[in-house]
Amino acid sequence: MIPSLRLPGLSAAQARLLPEGRMAGPMPWVIAIMIFLTALAAATGLALSRSAVSLQADLAGRVTVQVMEANPVRRAQEAAALEAGLARLAGVAAFRRVPEAEVAALLAPWFGADGLDRDLPVPLLIDVTLNPKLQGAMPALTHLVDDLAPAARVQPHGQWLGPLVGLMQALTWLAGVLVLMMAGAATAIVGLAARSALNTHRTTIEVMHLLGATDAQIARLFQRRIGLDALFGATIGLVAALMALALIGQRVAALGSELLGTATLGATGWLTLLALPLVTALVAVLTARLTILLTLRRWL
Amino acid sequence: MGHIIQFEHVGLRYGHSPETLSDISFALAKGGFYFLTGPSGAGKTSLLKLLYLAQRPSRGVIRLFGDDMVTMARDRLPAYRRRIGVVFQDFRLVPHLSISDNIALPLRVGGMADADIAQPVDEILHWVGLGDRADALPATLSGGEQQRVAIARAVISRPDLLVADEPTGNVDPDMAARLLRLFDALNQLGTTVIVATHDLQLLAGIPHAQIMRLANGRLPDPTGLLRHPPVAAGRA
Repeated sequence: MIPSLRLPGLSAAQARLLPEGRMAGPMPWVIAIMIFLTALAAATGLALSRSAVSLQADLAGRVTVQVMEANPVRRAQEAAALEAGLARLAGVAAFRRVPEAEVAALLAPWFGADGLDRDLPVPLLIDVTLNPKLQGAMPALTHLVDDLAPAARVQPHGQWLGPLVGLMQALTWLAGVLVLMMAGAATAIVGLAARSALNTHRTTIEVMHLLGATDAQIARLFQRRIGLDALFGATIGLVAALMALALIGQRVAALGSELLGTATLGATGWLTLLALPLVTALVAVLTARLTILLTLRRWL
Repeated sequence: MGHIIQFEHVGLRYGHSPETLSDISFALAKGGFYFLTGPSGAGKTSLLKLLYLAQRPSRGVIRLFGDDMVTMARDRLPAYRRRIGVVFQDFRLVPHLSISDNIALPLRVGGMADADIAQPVDEILHWVGLGDRADALPATLSGGEQQRVAIARAVISRPDLLVADEPTGNVDPDMAARLLRLFDALNQLGTTVIVATHDLQLLAGIPHAQIMRLANGRLPDPTGLLRHPPVAAGRA
């Protein structure tokens, strides 16, 4: 049984004018399912959005310079010259030569864990972090590399993970569209429930109408009940969704993935999710009011 | 004395069917007591629907309380309805509300505070002999008791106009006389009363009442003049 709450503008006796209990049977449960799905879609969208932003911020200005010279002596000279040049170049926030052990670990899946053949020319890698706020840092770096090590390659990290960020953004938009579609469907359900409730209580409403009740007075009765039903259903749906999210969060944490680890909701995301029942109740109240007023307008 | 109700060439048609009411013209004085008689199907209930603003006419002019109801904006009608007490032929009690809540309905609709409602409801409940059934639901009452609740609901707000459709059809003669006295008392206080009935005994109960007779959706007296009830017929 849904708790009977006193809302502003309605006395307990006025609230009794419509019978207690759910107005349209399955409506709260349909709303619960819709809010469960909406909360999951919204959480996915918000987490992906945050993850994409975090990834973009992380990648912005990060570049790897590959010194490709086959001769190991000249390769080392070019790398040293580049490091000296980078140290002087405005717009370079930081740089470091990737240690050989790290490079070997990167190549291990292809060349085995026993180490690289000494004769195999492996590029020297220099990770560079550019100051993203400084315009022209990237062209200056490219110019420097062209001058000091013409065979070297400059590879911005965004170039590798850009498609992934694009996919995450597309999924964020898709989640947004899903949320909107479910909000539309929930609104339609509330409208249908309001009409159904109006038909169920037609006799009561007709009597009130003929006794001089205004449309707003009648609508207020339905708003209250439908608003409470929606709040009840949405709360159940949200609690179920939060439990599902907690489970998924545990699984993600167990994976230990750095990328998935960035997919968090943040304070705004949590507040958005927690506000869903109230927003749902508010939309239900407005939808019910509009539906009832439009229906009553057809009466004299 | 001014007119509280004026009908001028009023016609009422439901959909494409022939007119249920045709060329109805009359004027009722404020504070009068009127019986509306006529055989079943004569159009009494349809005429009452026009009076309690459940229906607009297909043609003609209706003035209530001096204002034209045909052209009146819809959102202004509730204020007029609150001045009219209605006893419906089928009672129309709200099934899930107790008797006292049913009777209090016009007062609540009119915005009266809950604290001020208990006393008048209690008084009228005793007047209609249902003082000990205040918390009962309508379904637990007999037809006659339900009718008394419907009457109590119609008169509790001391309306300017009381419209009753066969209000004594389900009660015994003693209760009918008692209810008629209630209507008469209300009439003495200034309420204009219109009672639709085919009970000739009832007509005799209010000697000063005037009679309108409907037949086939028309008032046989085309001038709309009202006649006092023929005493012999009333006591027949």
